[in-house]
Amino acid sequence: MDLFDLIGPVMIGPSSSHTAGAARIGLTARMLLGEKIVRAEIGLHGSFAKTYHGHGTDRAIVGGLLGMPVDDERLRESLQIAREWGLTYSFYIINIRGAHPNTVRVTITGESGAVLTMEAASVGGGNIEVHRLDGLQVNFTGKENTMIIRHVDIPGAIANVTGVLARQGLNIANMQGYRREAGGDAMIVIELDGLPDDTTVESIRALPCVQGVTFMKRRSDL
Amino acid sequence: MDYTLREWVGLARIHGSIAEAAVAVQARENGVSPEQVRETMCHHLHCMQEAVANGIEENVRSVTGLTGGQAAKLLARLNGGSSLCGGLLGKAETYALATAECNACMGKIVAAPTAGACGILPGAILAMMEEKGVTEAAAVEAMFVAAAVGQSIATQASISGAEGGCQAECGTGAAMAAAALAYLEGGSAQQSADAAAFALMNLLGLVCDPVGGLVEVPCVYRNVGSSGVAFTAADMALAGICCPIEPDEVILAMKEVGDAMPPSLRETGEGGCAACESICARLRM
Repeated sequence: MDLFDLIGPVMIGPSSSHTAGAARIGLTARMLLGEKIVRAEIGLHGSFAKTYHGHGTDRAIVGGLLGMPVDDERLRESLQIAREWGLTYSFYIINIRGAHPNTVRVTITGESGAVLTMEAASVGGGNIEVHRLDGLQVNFTGKENTMIIRHVDIPGAIANVTGVLARQGLNIANMQGYRREAGGDAMIVIELDGLPDDTTVESIRALPCVQGVTFMKRRSDL
Repeated sequence: MDYTLREWVGLARIHGSIAEAAVAVQARENGVSPEQVRETMCHHLHCMQEAVANGIEENVRSVTGLTGGQAAKLLARLNGGSSLCGGLLGKAETYALATAECNACMGKIVAAPTAGACGILPGAILAMMEEKGVTEAAAVEAMFVAAAVGQSIATQASISGAEGGCQAECGTGAAMAAAALAYLEGGSAQQSADAAAFALMNLLGLVCDPVGGLVEVPCVYRNVGSSGVAFTAADMALAGICCPIEPDEVILAMKEVGDAMPPSLRETGEGGCAACESICARLRM
């Protein structure tokens, strides 16, 4: 366990799980969409649904969606800033069976019209886990350099992707594959030790089996 | 790179101190130089100082209005010379409350180990700097000792109130501060481990019962009380009193106690202080 998880993160209060974790969930969704968000529907489950106002969970999530990190003083005024920046948001209470008590489901629309749905939980100390992405069940934290590749489930798809990474000398620390059904939409989540350059990301994006690539840099609390 | 307290004490024999060992371990883990991890910790120390400065203002209030502006009262009493605890502990308590109130008011703080228990360690460290002339460099080293202790507790038990009650949050914060205090006073690695164990032992069984589920009441006051526990624990260890129970076993006992706590006393906002009508009525207004 990282020693800066014990003294840290530097964050806006009052709760590492209900405020810092919530902001990280918003920020992760923003990074996964990869563009400015114009609309957000935010579903709060469990403990988040009960205590969101006093913990500033609502302000934290919206601040994250606007691109603010956990120590950004503007998190406090994020609801007002959202209006100024053209982000329309709405909150609703949701009950997701079997979900962690601090779970959020966000559906966000970007300025290009792209839509992303993400379900994530704040699991303590400001740490988060993404559990569902566009209907596919996944499991990653965003703590490491994370590449998310949407592809068609055909033989060799994963080998093609990892082949590009190997040629660039990038080591895979962790990899998970998910699919809805055989031959259907699929997703690979890869955690990398190093940083891929733009050429690497473009080479993967150009592969015929690949539909989209998103890369999130290691969380820079250090 | 997760170590027990006994292992940290062992590493201290190789590296010279728990602080040196923790710096080396963290630098290796992040692939950076020891200087860089020290710089990061120093940045955290500066953030702690800013949090105290913000939280000590008279006019800060939380979203609910339940807390804020109370550290200013403790400071006035301290400055008036009438603090029962005196300069060092009085200041530590004041700064702990200031930090906890800064947190409750959506200010910027450093989780230590959590946001709910964020006041205890900075209170102790900053009071030692101001009252005992501890240098910034020594304070940073002490924070690594505290982080190492926090890691031992987090990995062998828990630092989450929802899992282990407040003993896991303020208990851990006090254990971290106690170990740091012992280090700053020239104590050995074993004395830091003993100080941590004494602190945890004294807060064993403390439940997590936040009113309205919010990090305010009783959380901010427990940061103050836990500061006192940290200083008394460090004093015992520095006096040469050895913890009669293996320090790691105290951590395991904390986990066992946490597992036995009913859910109503584990951050659900249902039992204990959270069930007291006088304050619940205020919250509904």
